[in-house]
Amino acid sequence: MTGVGCEQCEAMMQPYLDRVLSETEHLEAELHLEGCAYCRRRYRFETTLRQYVRQTCVEKMDPGLKAKLVALRTPLT
Amino acid sequence: MSETTPTDGRRLAEGARERVRFEEEALALADQVYRVARRLVSSREEAEDLMQETYARAFRGWRSYTPGTNLRAWLLRILTNLNIDRGRRQQRAPDTQPLEEGDYFLYNRLEESGRDSNADEERVIERLSQDDIVGALSAVPHDFRDVIVLVDIGDFSYADSAQILDIPVGTVMSRLHRGRRILKRELAERAVVEA
Repeated sequence: MTGVGCEQCEAMMQPYLDRVLSETEHLEAELHLEGCAYCRRRYRFETTLRQYVRQTCVEKMDPGLKAKLVALRTPLT
Repeated sequence: MSETTPTDGRRLAEGARERVRFEEEALALADQVYRVARRLVSSREEAEDLMQETYARAFRGWRSYTPGTNLRAWLLRILTNLNIDRGRRQQRAPDTQPLEEGDYFLYNRLEESGRDSNADEERVIERLSQDDIVGALSAVPHDFRDVIVLVDIGDFSYADSAQILDIPVGTVMSRLHRGRRILKRELAERAVVEA
């Protein structure tokens, strides 16, 4: 097994995080990350960034809107 | 002839029960639908209008939903169609700015602009404020942003996103790829200006 280098690891990073790599590719990326502190730091950054984006972009729905949606229901006859 | 027979009555009651169940399930998903809707448009007012139109249409057309399929995706398909139909998406010029080559460039840029190299990842991210993130996301052109919002904020699969937006899965993947790069470029611009 030849293993992947940093450049390939970088290219695989997003699909790796999306869990869409094939099993073999996934293992190859994992193996590289285990042995490479440079890519591992960047992997942790990418994971944290995604969580951070998700958290900061969530805005709660106003309770008034929920009431308006409920009012759109078909009245029971 | 206008008299309803017992069988008709039962059928009517059955239909009403199904409708009530549908409405309750759809309303239970409202928070999750709103979370996506809010980031598809630029203001809270727009998101609220869109939600009301979507639910009005969903309640009218509930019979076209197939029970047991993904209701959240079904609702978002209505919502994204309405968003496009109403011409709310101001057409921007296509994004022609060159994109950074690699995927690591945001981290590298943040690391360079910080005092200490090898700063830990969380410290690096803390340099981005909530306004930076929201601002950067809204600066991403619509076609790319829609996909990022569905996948990264709405947790939809590539396949569900493709169905919601009525585009091929391959297009979802390529827009996601380019969209995330654009988002990073926007984040880098904001973070570096502040540093």
